[in-house]
Amino acid sequence: MIYLDNSATTRQYDEVTELMYRAAKENFGNPSSLHALGFEAGNLLYDARRQIEDLLPPAGNVIFTSGGTESDNMALLSSARKLRRRGNKIITTRVEHPAVLETCRRLKEDGFEVVYLDVDVDGYVEEQAVKAALDKNTIIVSIMAVNNEVGTIEPVIPVGRTVREYNRKNGTDIMFHTDAVQAFGKLPMDDIDADLISASAHKFHGPKGMGFLYMKKRHSLPAYIIGGGQEGGFRSSTENTPGIAGMGLAAEMACADLMMKSSRMGIVNNYLLNGLKSEIKDIVINGPEELGYTLHEHGKRCPGVLNVTFEGTRGEVLLHTLEQDGIYVSTGSACSSNKTGDSHVLQAMSMNHKEIEGAIRFSFSEFNTVEEMDHVIERTKIAVERFRRLGSFR
Amino acid sequence: MEKNLYIVRCGEVALKGMNKPYFERVLLERVKNALSCYEGAEAKWIEGLMFVRVPADIPEDEVISKCVRVFGVASVSPAVEAPKDINEIGKKAAEFMQKVIDTDDIKTFKVKGKRADKSFAIESPEIARQVGGMVLKACKVLSVDVHRPDCVLTVDVRREGAYIFRDKVRGFGGLPLGTNGKGLILMSGGIDSPVAAFMMAKRGMSIEAVHFHSYPYTSQRAQRKVEELVRTLAGYMGTVRMHVINLLPIQEEIVKNCPEDETTLLVRRFMMRIAEQIAVKNRCMMLITGEDLGQVASQTAEALVVTDSVVDMPVMRPLIAMDKVDIMDKAREIGTYDISIQPYEDCCTVFLPKHPVTKPKKERIEKSESALDVETLVKNAVESEEIVEIRP
Repeated sequence: MIYLDNSATTRQYDEVTELMYRAAKENFGNPSSLHALGFEAGNLLYDARRQIEDLLPPAGNVIFTSGGTESDNMALLSSARKLRRRGNKIITTRVEHPAVLETCRRLKEDGFEVVYLDVDVDGYVEEQAVKAALDKNTIIVSIMAVNNEVGTIEPVIPVGRTVREYNRKNGTDIMFHTDAVQAFGKLPMDDIDADLISASAHKFHGPKGMGFLYMKKRHSLPAYIIGGGQEGGFRSSTENTPGIAGMGLAAEMACADLMMKSSRMGIVNNYLLNGLKSEIKDIVINGPEELGYTLHEHGKRCPGVLNVTFEGTRGEVLLHTLEQDGIYVSTGSACSSNKTGDSHVLQAMSMNHKEIEGAIRFSFSEFNTVEEMDHVIERTKIAVERFRRLGSFR
Repeated sequence: MEKNLYIVRCGEVALKGMNKPYFERVLLERVKNALSCYEGAEAKWIEGLMFVRVPADIPEDEVISKCVRVFGVASVSPAVEAPKDINEIGKKAAEFMQKVIDTDDIKTFKVKGKRADKSFAIESPEIARQVGGMVLKACKVLSVDVHRPDCVLTVDVRREGAYIFRDKVRGFGGLPLGTNGKGLILMSGGIDSPVAAFMMAKRGMSIEAVHFHSYPYTSQRAQRKVEELVRTLAGYMGTVRMHVINLLPIQEEIVKNCPEDETTLLVRRFMMRIAEQIAVKNRCMMLITGEDLGQVASQTAEALVVTDSVVDMPVMRPLIAMDKVDIMDKAREIGTYDISIQPYEDCCTVFLPKHPVTKPKKERIEKSESALDVETLVKNAVESEEIVEIRP
């Protein structure tokens, strides 16, 4: 099996699975219990929190959540609730994940004004566009760190700075949120100037159903889930101790030697791209061509993603052809029989239906190798040529 | 063990002549089979009605929904039994009504008397009058309304006892499954074919299915959807065998060698040929399709003539004269609609020509087809079949 759908989810580290098994079997106490068993369970949370907070900007806390979607919901809904008297404008982009876009739509229904910034053909948001949209009525800016479909590194570093400057000059209280679900574990996250950062454990070889929201210490947001007061009262519910412990370890493991791993991933990524380009005619990279290895290299592409359109083909058919060879990828369109299934990201990048239909996303993890890519190139070439020979009427 | 009584009425089976015992026997088997999951459930015919007794701890709705799904059943009523004594009947009727008042918020009622056993001394209208009086006395909240009652209580005095019941839950009618041969349905993932299969099964025909896909042009999810559709149908007709065939090799040949605008029609001709061979092998007497006159290009009168001409077997098209909206209603009624509308591509839409022929000429189609080795293609397809058994 060659798994190249790591933006969808990743294989859990064996060490994480073992730790979670032990935590479930032995440390089953409730962290809120006063006895020793509860204390030991609480230690798991403490360790995991430290493991994750060490990888994030200083002066912040993490709140454990059920995943990236909850973290995004929490960040936007709680900030909007807190700041609704300060203004009602939310700035985001057209290429966000539905967890952000749909939450913004809800907020719009509730009377907030939402500004969706356009992106260029590479899926990149100009920092200037954010600057131009800021005003005293703005309360939230939410921009993803790395786009999940094309891998574009968004300008979250300069935007964070811009928002902070704006707040200082104008006495405003604008929150800067970044959805870092695709970035965490792929790029270093410790020097970004954000108030809120969302991430999801299963994207960095941790368990599904776990995520976190990083929050700057000076903020106190209204509770998101109300109850027994866990997670500092912000998100009640008895803690998922095995999941949290697993996420902590996965974060530590994924980010250990991160620069080495991401440059290796970059080599694999480029090797695949060059192989496809030399073997197959009429292909287009969706997103920036050049790879970037930190958030400072915004406008470049994260080494975890390669999105390519094979002109005159249908991604869905290529996907099913490749799966027969044990190669797992993803497409730009959920259902090629109608346009409503087309990716909103690729649409925002001004791609037409034909181009979107032929798009395939390869997404990598530290486990992928150059040797695997030789096989992928060969099988993709066969699949594309077979399709093109047969043609398609549509 | 205490058991509840249900009276099951058959529709058309009752009209049969010499064959009636056969149909009754099969219907009894089908009802028993539908209730076989309840230990101690029993069913028997007594003078034209089926008496079903099921342990009292099984919820009434569950038993009724199992019974009404059996083809050949016209209606079902939960009933109570009483000795053939007018006072006993009155007592039981009052108890019965008391329960109904509590559950269904009933304020008015009327009683209908029936006397199948003419040796019973009291005549029908008088049975109604006397039982009505006793119910009225026992249930103070009720009043009689002969025109628009909330509840009609029927008292049926028969030779072996008296039976009290209220509303009937309608079944689908039709004839018991298996009394009318076996057919092979060409099952896509759409709205029509499950309805077509249902309608034929309702007339007593046993059903096998054949499904064509174009993997990797279609996905396994599309096939799982079809299996789910068939599973829903299996709720009415028991385990269904489905033959699954990859049509892609044939589609590829057609696309390479034949005019684009004839693609769909040529593909359909192959489907019919393959289906016929599978039907013969599995002792199916006819093919069934969900085609509906004029719905799409391949279902115009001319197109149907051209597709039919490749098989000798009769092709049943139970939906042929229905409107789409009515087919959709039927699909909702039998529970397949929501599955059918899941958006997966099926093999028919994979190589859809931009402008398909709507008035094909048989000669032209045959000429296009002569570029293909029809026999070998069909043979290979039939040999590559996979069989899935789908249980309810």
